Amino acid sequence: MATITASTAHLSKDEILRYSRHLIMPEVGMEGQLKLKQAKVLCIGAGGLGSPLALYLAAAGVGKIGIVDFDVVDFTNLQRQIIHDTNDVGRPKLASARETIHDINPFVEVVGYETRLSSENALDIFKDYDVIADGTDNFPTRYLVNDACVLLGKPNVYGSIFRFEGQASVFYAKEGPCYRCLYPEPPPPGLVPSCAEGGVLGVLPGIVGSMQALETIKLITGVGVSLIGRLMLFDALRMKFRELKLRKNPHCVVCGPHPTITELIDYEQFCGIRGEEHAPSARLPEISAPELKKMMDEKKSLVLIDVREPHEYQICNIPGSKLIPLGEVARRMNELNSADDIVVHCKSGMRSARAVELLMQSGFRKIHNLRGGILAWSDQVDPSVPKY
Amino acid sequence: MPVTVLIPTPLRQYTGKKESVVVEAKNVAEALQQLTSEYPDLRRHLFTDDGKLRNFVNVYLGDEDIRFLQKDQTPLNDKDVLSIVPSIAGGADLYCICK
Repeated sequence: MATITASTAHLSKDEILRYSRHLIMPEVGMEGQLKLKQAKVLCIGAGGLGSPLALYLAAAGVGKIGIVDFDVVDFTNLQRQIIHDTNDVGRPKLASARETIHDINPFVEVVGYETRLSSENALDIFKDYDVIADGTDNFPTRYLVNDACVLLGKPNVYGSIFRFEGQASVFYAKEGPCYRCLYPEPPPPGLVPSCAEGGVLGVLPGIVGSMQALETIKLITGVGVSLIGRLMLFDALRMKFRELKLRKNPHCVVCGPHPTITELIDYEQFCGIRGEEHAPSARLPEISAPELKKMMDEKKSLVLIDVREPHEYQICNIPGSKLIPLGEVARRMNELNSADDIVVHCKSGMRSARAVELLMQSGFRKIHNLRGGILAWSDQVDPSVPKY
Repeated sequence: MPVTVLIPTPLRQYTGKKESVVVEAKNVAEALQQLTSEYPDLRRHLFTDDGKLRNFVNVYLGDEDIRFLQKDQTPLNDKDVLSIVPSIAGGADLYCICK
């Protein structure tokens, strides 16, 4: 990365006091602290990873922090996105993050980009920054950030999480591999875990995002041994760290000697997302939540199947429903009678659509999918059913 | 010879929640073959229809990527540890069709 010279900056008396625990360490010292003050770091996303990342960078005295985020704080964010608090629900994440950063360190300049990062704006936003730290953790953005960093010659501090497991590395094509060297292609959407397998332990992004902050500070100050060329794997349940070697792929399409990607592409298309979202349910017989309520009130004989997971059933359920998780539907089909009227539901209607499809293939005809799932039931019939 | 294969969190649902599986194999191809014949649901997550290891799944022998060893012909020794390391994305709301 571009060498940051410390000569033009200085620290005020207040700053010296604030950063004293850095200044008394020779590894940082005045020189390192001035490098931090002159550094410009772009955080993509102010969510689970972006929260600790931006908080620690701000506390450490990084002079300019850019944040790209267009989302609004909601209640489900608060379990892990510690840059936002309960009073921020409903506010833009950018406004909330900016306020928290200034509360922690008023010396930091925060630049907000309230926009979705795209192939059209990425190069323009990135060009003014020394380090890019990706906290968005979805595939299209990850490939976009990677390619933009390679094209601009900037380091990309990477973190990713899944349930109890995290990955972190620094991708910097000038000195080592890029993300595409590690994974040339993303998984097709059909093989990405669905919300039934989702969720994340709130502390995990705290640890991985803090690792990203640490690697960013190391890149800026030049101390220590960077994660370039290494992939850290963290298993929170076993409290185990493992380290794997990353090598530059000589055939890499973006950072190899003969790149075929020389400008940013359409990353949603690359990740196979567009146009597939709602295909399966469109042609299936559906029923609305009020219609289901009416049928139940009229005491029509009706079998209601819940295809969510047992731990979701414990959060909330529709009284009288029978739990058969989607993965068990094929095996437990014999528990159902094709002569009965059957309604299938899940959280929001997608998993149950798959179950309806499966049952129809096996000859079930008097079967309907509950449109919008138990969330619609909560919205339109019984608000006492909690949403999650 | 017995070799341990470490299963990552997203794929444990296909191995009966097992975190590791011991197989008998002389090379990586044999090890993965054994693993997927024991747990058939795992197959489509590791291999394409024409049997190639998927581009978003890496296999490591110790800390070394088999793509930079002898790929699936990389020989295995007693008590070697293979890790399957897929790309993960926890903030995958964009991907999650059942949001």
